Amino acid sequence: MSDSVDSWILKKVSFDIFFSALKSEDYKVLSPQVEDGAVTWFEASEADDLKQGFSDQQNIGSYRLNQTESDVWFSIVHGAQSLKSLTFKPRQATVKIIKTEAGISFQAEQPKAEKIAVIGARACDVAALQIQDRVFLGGAYQDEYFKANRESLLIIAVNCTHAHETCFCASMNTGPKVKAGFDIALTELKDAFIVEAGSMAGKRIVEALNLTVAPKDMSKQADRLIEHCAVSQKKRMPQQNLPQALYEKQHSEHWDDVATRCLSCANCTMVCPTCFCHAIEETPDMARQTSERVRVWDSCFNPEHGYIHGKNMRPTTADRYRMWMTHKLGSWIDQFDSSGCTGCGRCTTWCPAGIDLVEEAIAVLGEDAMEKKA
Amino acid sequence: MTSQKQRPRLAVFKLASCDGCQLSILSLEEDLLLLDQAVDIAYFPEASSRMEDGPYDITLVEGSISAPEHIEQIKNIRAQSGLLVTIGACATAGGIQALRNGADVADYVATVYAHPEYIQTLKDSTPISEHVKVDFELWGCPIDKEQVRHFLSDLLAGVEPRFPEHSLCMECKRQEHLCVLVAKGEPCLGPVTRTGCGAICPAMGRACYGCFGPAEVSFPAGREHANADALASRFSEALHLSNDEVLRRFKGINSHASAFKETAGKWQKMEENKHE
Ligand code: SF4
Ligand code: SF4
Ligand code: SF4
Ligand code: SF4
Repeated sequence: MSDSVDSWILKKVSFDIFFSALKSEDYKVLSPQVEDGAVTWFEASEADDLKQGFSDQQNIGSYRLNQTESDVWFSIVHGAQSLKSLTFKPRQATVKIIKTEAGISFQAEQPKAEKIAVIGARACDVAALQIQDRVFLGGAYQDEYFKANRESLLIIAVNCTHAHETCFCASMNTGPKVKAGFDIALTELKDAFIVEAGSMAGKRIVEALNLTVAPKDMSKQADRLIEHCAVSQKKRMPQQNLPQALYEKQHSEHWDDVATRCLSCANCTMVCPTCFCHAIEETPDMARQTSERVRVWDSCFNPEHGYIHGKNMRPTTADRYRMWMTHKLGSWIDQFDSSGCTGCGRCTTWCPAGIDLVEEAIAVLGEDAMEKKA
Repeated sequence: MTSQKQRPRLAVFKLASCDGCQLSILSLEEDLLLLDQAVDIAYFPEASSRMEDGPYDITLVEGSISAPEHIEQIKNIRAQSGLLVTIGACATAGGIQALRNGADVADYVATVYAHPEYIQTLKDSTPISEHVKVDFELWGCPIDKEQVRHFLSDLLAGVEPRFPEHSLCMECKRQEHLCVLVAKGEPCLGPVTRTGCGAICPAMGRACYGCFGPAEVSFPAGREHANADALASRFSEALHLSNDEVLRRFKGINSHASAFKETAGKWQKMEENKHE
């Protein structure tokens, strides 16, 4: 394989060779499938498992799955679950505390992870994982649980050729074509996938498949589909002069306006693929001999989250919405050198109150923040 | 209570209620035996015929104040109790029987009973906290047995029990259930309902009906009110519920809890105005 070659064709009819290759490297394969009416990462063992048979329709505060006869395999863009569920798990046992003769002993839960290959991660989610890498693995202290899950994850992304009402990855420069941080990328055409490798591990697997190099016209067709998906996105996030523009809006009246609609329910942060807040729960047993310490997802929308000894730093929903938006779109840049938002649209789709992050950002920053291109 | 020599004395009382919360305690099974070792179960008629007089260190009260004699009873219970803990929606918020509050109770009594003259009842069904000081409140219809277990373990370990009071949605999402509100258009009360049940209704694909009461977080500076109004508007505008359907969502097991009561009241007014 020469260095100039960068894309190949994998015919849908021969897709199972890909599964065999993954299995020979001991990967458990997961793909987004519809289970009990919800899209979840579910084990796939053959090509047939990838054909979703449903398409999703996402709107502000609304998500619908419709059965489809179409021969598109990856007809669902994404569900509420992102890669976050696999790397930063909603519940993570950390320590078991045991009463002993001598006092108490602490048994740390050792990080353990199985080799997982996900097929069907979208560009926004791969971008989100790179953001979480900086959060959990950057700096002096690394999160061992995240690290173990992350290192055993092989990412087979699927480029988007179709966007939803709530998607705005194009304006965040994270998609719809997966840019970095993937092992293998697929673009679905009618009878075949265009295959690209993005890492050494990905390249090794692809090379073993002995695929034909993709002819120029097919690669071009794939690029056109992705480009079409990008221009079809109506939502664009204002990015002018961030983070300062948001810091200046600290006292905006709009925070009170959004607080009349916001339920402080935390759904937006739970589904956001980059949100990393967590709390520690301690559960003793009735005999008071042991206690389990578990890390669980928490949220800045939880009214208890801003509580420090004797004082709540964010006592109102207006404070909390301001915190969420200012951190996600603004101070994240100071903290981690990038926006905390990848434009996946989940916070907007899954908000039971129908609050649209982009609309609120435009309302806070002013219409003109939109016009000038950042 | 920290004294190991003498086990703390536990009592469980019942006022106007269905016994469901007491059954949740009985369903602790093996942990019930451990509880029996840790405390002296001095008064629990639902579980044992041994009924000892007070004082008690920990008293759990099920049921609302619904009949005239309940007022005296709860004062006596309070006087004999170290810690008084309400268990369930009835004791904590007045329960399903509070649906009569604001209506003509004599009318109900006449409709339901063959001999209304034998019935003595108060006009309103009210929570214990409207009558005596309450130290802890466990919500739910019925209470969650895990929460009871956790509560008693903390208490016996000498730790102040603390339960999250935020919205159910957080737990629902941690368990990664499909959101029935967003994905099915079901009028789920989860966003304004206190967590604690383990999201058992959304886990079964059905909307939460708020049996754990409003998600109201208490701070030293006061209580934060759940934004039930905004959810009600959403039910009407996006899910196209009629005014009557909206108010019925909030007029359920915890209709007397202020956040739900106020919202239901507003929609009731709107419904009445429509008919004028
Ligand atoms: S803020 Fe919203 S759109 Fe941005 S990454 Fe998070 S969930 Fe996606
Ligand atoms: S913005 Fe929406 S999802 Fe987020 S806390 Fe408010 S109501 Fe809930
Ligand atoms: S199903 Fe109900 S409780 Fe669960 S996230 Fe949706 S609104 Fe919240
Ligand atoms: S989901 Fe709601 S109604 Fe169902 S048990 Fe929990 S709090 Fe009660």
